[in-house]
Amino acid sequence: METYTAMRHLADSWGLLAMVLFFIGAVTFAFRPGSRALSDDAARIPFRDE
Amino acid sequence: MSFLNRHSRLEKNATLLLIMSLLVVTVGGIVEIAPLFYLQNTVEKVKGMRPYTPLELAGRDIYIREGCYACHSQMIRPFRDEVERYGHYSLAAESMYDHSFQWGSKRTGPDLARVGQRYSNEWHVQHLIEPRSVVPESVMPAYAFLKDRPLDTKGIAAHLVANRRVGVPYTDEMIANAEADMKAQADPDADVSGLEARYPKARAANFDGDKQALTEMDAMVAYLQMLGTLVDFSTYDEAAGRR
Amino acid sequence: MKYGTEIVFSAILTLIALLGAAFAVDDAFRYHMLIAVVLLGGFTIALMRKEDFAPAGPVDDTRYMDGPIRYGVIATVFWGVVGFLAGVLVAAQLAFPDLNLEPWLNFGRLRPLHTSGVVFAFGGNILIASSFYVVQRTCRARLFGGNLAWFVFWGYQLFIVMAATGYLLGITQSREYAEPEWYVDLWLTIVWVVYLFVFMGTVLRRKEPHIYVANWFYMSFIITIAMLHVLNNLAVPVSFVGSKSYSAFSGVQDAVTQWWYGHNAVAFFLTIPFLAMMYYFVPKQVNRPIYSYRLSIVHFWSIIFLYIWAGPHHLHYTAVPDWAQTLGMVFSIMLWMPSWGGMINGLMTLSGRWDLIRTDPIVRLMVAAIAFYGMATFEGPMLSIKSVNALSHYTDWTIAHVHAGALGWNGMITFAAVYFLVPKLWGRERLYSVRMVNWHFWLATLGIVLYASSMWVSGIMQGLMWREYDSQGFLVYSFVETVAAMHPYYVMRVTGGLFYLTGGFLMAWNVYQTIRGRVRDETPMGVPAPVAGAAVQPAA
Repeated sequence: METYTAMRHLADSWGLLAMVLFFIGAVTFAFRPGSRALSDDAARIPFRDE
Repeated sequence: MSFLNRHSRLEKNATLLLIMSLLVVTVGGIVEIAPLFYLQNTVEKVKGMRPYTPLELAGRDIYIREGCYACHSQMIRPFRDEVERYGHYSLAAESMYDHSFQWGSKRTGPDLARVGQRYSNEWHVQHLIEPRSVVPESVMPAYAFLKDRPLDTKGIAAHLVANRRVGVPYTDEMIANAEADMKAQADPDADVSGLEARYPKARAANFDGDKQALTEMDAMVAYLQMLGTLVDFSTYDEAAGRR
Repeated sequence: MKYGTEIVFSAILTLIALLGAAFAVDDAFRYHMLIAVVLLGGFTIALMRKEDFAPAGPVDDTRYMDGPIRYGVIATVFWGVVGFLAGVLVAAQLAFPDLNLEPWLNFGRLRPLHTSGVVFAFGGNILIASSFYVVQRTCRARLFGGNLAWFVFWGYQLFIVMAATGYLLGITQSREYAEPEWYVDLWLTIVWVVYLFVFMGTVLRRKEPHIYVANWFYMSFIITIAMLHVLNNLAVPVSFVGSKSYSAFSGVQDAVTQWWYGHNAVAFFLTIPFLAMMYYFVPKQVNRPIYSYRLSIVHFWSIIFLYIWAGPHHLHYTAVPDWAQTLGMVFSIMLWMPSWGGMINGLMTLSGRWDLIRTDPIVRLMVAAIAFYGMATFEGPMLSIKSVNALSHYTDWTIAHVHAGALGWNGMITFAAVYFLVPKLWGRERLYSVRMVNWHFWLATLGIVLYASSMWVSGIMQGLMWREYDSQGFLVYSFVETVAAMHPYYVMRVTGGLFYLTGGFLMAWNVYQTIRGRVRDETPMGVPAPVAGAAVQPAA
């Protein structure tokens, strides 16, 4: 029962928090200042070649 | 902000991107699935469970071959209507020797987890030969050919060996007697004391009603007739089995 | 010697199959191996006939390798029609059970033929073909590995035919969407590793510094499917010359492993790489970059992270521990967000060019596909809520959900990709008929609406009938009464399927004529008046 309770606990508390933080991290990454130019450039890749 | 620039490196390094994406998808499997393999209480011990007899195992292989799982579940959920309709809800232990599990995902036909002993052997044979002769509204395909196909008895020991390799506790004695047990279970005149000692609660009968031949129909009906009959729920401790 | 190694390899495989047939321990395996001998032997002979003994000319590395893509597109159309046909047949069998022809054409054996036919043959071929197309264009590099791309194509077709014929022979592992037995699984593993090798090799030799996001989705698809496929198919064969194997796991563990795989077949086969197609073909067709490239990055990481957890929602209220069910439910609900993020990203790419929906039926197919994706990814989280699932599980509601996703999202985005690719790959100015695409669109849409609505009604109705009690506290309906009540909806579903199948035939004809270089004489879409709806618009 020990491992089970621990897993359950993790899923309900710290695990959940960690995942939320991961998500916020990923969003910050993508929308970090200075990324706009880079992404606009990357978004045009399909049009550079036929 | 050098930390933030790392992602652009990821965007330019294919191998790193591949490894990162693989790592991200393994997290779910490790946290969610791996524990089920080592947590002791995933499958509680229940009295009465035993490996399939050779004849039942052959029947189960036919059940799989014909894709029965596409329309029949073998997993009763703990709801009032399901328990009234099909019997006690399914326990994890009841499929502990099922490689693969046959829980199914769709009930075009009824659940079969406890169909054993609900109908006579003759009913099953007739139903498999011509489903609509006994259940007019049924949409089940006919399986009359099972009665004409002789059952392969020679190869059954190898099937027990393969099951033992994946963890089913078949003993050397069971494997040595596999072919004999298979024939004995389908023959009402045979001596079944050995079979019953090795496989408690095993039922011997001439399942397909044809005394001459041992057919796939024998195996199929033997399998259907044992489903859900191993655990005695009059002595099952409900509270201890809760997870 | 152009095909020296290939001929030797193929001949060795033929010999192995022949030995398998000779020493087979069961009849099914013998027949299956004989089928393999015919296929591989025929292939070897075909290769030898194409052989010329002049030294191979140098390969022009500056040109894209489009041969396997052309074959892949044709295979997509072919398997699509076959898969839809099998679907109509199994649907008809449920309405009219006398259509079952025992033993080979019984529902239980045909059903995996239909599911694998549409998912792995139709879907798989467009994924391999489109990934080869997109990776070359966005990396500006020729496919890596020379003839290995051809091996991926032909090896995959062999997998499909072996899987399909195996089902009819009764060779199955009984694991949904992973039915092929151990030796076919091994073969697919080899093909898949080569596929990863070709794809990654191409990415690594790219001339574009940045890896376009569509390739991220393809990459994640290939590597994750490899992982899922290998782990879910771990099994011990009864004999190395026999068709039967037993899964390495049993009961609860087996169920969780299988549905971890099963749901991620939906995720990493039917969603992630199809999103890759969206991220390339939608911008190309409307001639605008994706709405937000940064959103696509967030989309990628969040969707691959969340999806892998969703499997246990297939096992609500079963003997699987409660905590695993809850985790599965929570993650499935969270999935709604990235899914709709992706949908918005796709749809908003059209902002400023919404008029294309009226004039370009390919764009119309794309928009409908994305809309169906949005619908299915809303319904999915809803069905994963335990109390909803208690009603929907085991009923046709699940079937309705799957088909809204498969026919709507996967089908329509694939049709759009095929219509985009065919003129480009064969150097045609345009499709044989654009109006026929419009017809296809409406046939498919009507088919999906009929299909999904009839299955919604029958599923919810059956779920409610199963749990209906009378005032005395007795169950009102016997099981078979609920089966009889399904009949009209099953007939309606067949009609929906027939519409969808007809659309498939139309596409096949259109593609065939385009490849032949024909151009149908027709008024262009949307330009002059006679289009329905145009009349009510004020003159510009």
